[in-house]
Amino acid sequence: MIEGLNPGFILIFGALLIPVTSGVVRSAVTLALPVLALIQLYTLGLGTWGQYEFLGLSIELTRVDALSRVFGTIFCIAAFIGMIFSLHVKDTIQPFVALIYMGSAIGAVFAGDLITLFVFWELTAISSVFLIWASRTERAYKAGMRYLIIQVSSGVILLGGIILYYQDTGSIAFEYLGLTGMATGLILVAFGVKACFPLLHNWMQDAYPEATVTGTVILSAFTTKLAIYALARAYPGTDILIPIGGVMTVFPIFFAVLENDLRRVLAYSLNNQLGFMVIGIGIGTELALNGTAAHAFAHIMYKSLLFMSMGAVLYRTGTIKASELGGLYKSMPITTIFCIIGAMSIAAFPLTGGFVSKAMIQSAAGDGGMIVIWLVMLFASAGVMDHSGIKVPYFTFFAHDSGKRVKEAPLNMLIAMGMAAFVCIFIGVFPDALYVLLPYEPTYHPYTTSHVITSLQLLFFAILAFALLMRYKIYPPELRSTNLDFDWLYRVPLKHLALSIGRLILIVWTWAISVGNDWVQKIIVTTEDIHGDGKVMARTASSGVAVTIIVAILGFVVVFFYR
Amino acid sequence: MSTPDDEKKYWLDNPKNHDKIFYGVLVICVLVAIPDVLSLLNILYHKHNSFEFENIFEFYSLYGLVCYVGLVLIAKKLRTILMRDEDYYD
Repeated sequence: MIEGLNPGFILIFGALLIPVTSGVVRSAVTLALPVLALIQLYTLGLGTWGQYEFLGLSIELTRVDALSRVFGTIFCIAAFIGMIFSLHVKDTIQPFVALIYMGSAIGAVFAGDLITLFVFWELTAISSVFLIWASRTERAYKAGMRYLIIQVSSGVILLGGIILYYQDTGSIAFEYLGLTGMATGLILVAFGVKACFPLLHNWMQDAYPEATVTGTVILSAFTTKLAIYALARAYPGTDILIPIGGVMTVFPIFFAVLENDLRRVLAYSLNNQLGFMVIGIGIGTELALNGTAAHAFAHIMYKSLLFMSMGAVLYRTGTIKASELGGLYKSMPITTIFCIIGAMSIAAFPLTGGFVSKAMIQSAAGDGGMIVIWLVMLFASAGVMDHSGIKVPYFTFFAHDSGKRVKEAPLNMLIAMGMAAFVCIFIGVFPDALYVLLPYEPTYHPYTTSHVITSLQLLFFAILAFALLMRYKIYPPELRSTNLDFDWLYRVPLKHLALSIGRLILIVWTWAISVGNDWVQKIIVTTEDIHGDGKVMARTASSGVAVTIIVAILGFVVVFFYR
Repeated sequence: MSTPDDEKKYWLDNPKNHDKIFYGVLVICVLVAIPDVLSLLNILYHKHNSFEFENIFEFYSLYGLVCYVGLVLIAKKLRTILMRDEDYYD
């Protein structure tokens, strides 16, 4: 392996092999690259490499420490599983942009300075939009455009923040920044856009469900968790993140309950899970940051697993609307089991990944005596049980039989789901395997009697609530619908405002042009009246008349004035 | 895709079995609730609590049940405000 090479470059440069290969060779390349990146990461060990002075800026291309390594590790694993899941894709563009996208996310995690981070940050935005456009529908095209505008804006805000920060401090090191002023505020907002802070979140629920079957799986793992990593690096212990994270855990679950598009349900649920991580960063103790890193790790696995199972359903049935699905356990039994494992994992059942990770953040809030956020997280945990734990598997695979009879998911999809399901359960059963990767000394023990019992009480009584609501037909039915979220503001009134302003400008412009034209016309007419053919100023006289007048004047002068 | 006519019957196809599942859930709920009953009698189980209110009898069970029902009912109300046609934005 090349000494000091940022593992992200392996995927980015490796992607260049995709257009010139095909078939088995291409498959081998796409699978080998994430493995090579992971080997590179662990042969490097901890340290920094690739320092350059560039225009007076200290660039540091590669920095591996415990925090970046845990995110880099899960990114490589998610890349490998995502590529297995998309092995059946014949398209050249998708694996090409997917590798560049995943490589730039991994590159960003190991960036030691803010400029390198910025370059990778923008590269993730530009490469990922092609995974949305690859759906080749009008909806996907428009959603991709909105996605690209917001993602690139995040990069522009980041660059603005970096420039101000450099002016203030003379440094571009990507270290703890803290919320101290305008510069760090801008950088926080840039991170917040990608981390789906409330009101900055809509790009995800808008665009992810429009991407291709495989694209959504890959998108779901990287962009938002890169932002979580960046927040954990630069803003641990920033108090404002606690209420922000609290809102993130709560408001998406209401939308997730109502939403009919199951990939959009998962996008809302992803937003809710990010909330837990943001709270952990806001608390900022060693336990909380360990919890955030562990939760990001476990979350990427179960979220990928859920998106893969829904992707497989979409691939086989051609729809992902809850109102049109149901009874698929009969024809896709293996996918059903994997989906349930993912659902149990996100709901944090004992022996799954969610149980050993989320509890650390909950416990850190308890240790800090933060009653409100502790209750909010517990409420959100019950909410997760609904939309991801029950709703997604129940309405897809059970509920009323839709009559759809399809083939089981393709083998490559089953293998990918199986690997993700294995990781979910493995870290649930052997949490120490995950804990050794964490940035701080692991002190947390998930399997205490009280933790297991209280979790089971919370979850099973939530299931009981669902059973009661279904039995007495109170649970809201799945309906074909669009539910208005904050993006309504820029997709309807702001759009109309922009169009009205456009029309107003057009009216003023036409008026100015016509007034101007009138003036010019008047000038032309007047000039013509005075100087035109045969008009006063343009009349000519014959030379005879001229001589006569001159002689007359001369005569007059001679007769009356000459003495 | 094929039609579901004259294929084999699954256990879940029988509505009577839906009741069995419901009672199954009830039984599990009673089982997981038992430790709190025992702790009232100071047997077996000891909680590591951060807050005093966690000692309330069946705190987690009730919290899970109430939150879940509350969430669904509020969401259902929100639907009247937020729901539009599927092609609203098109």
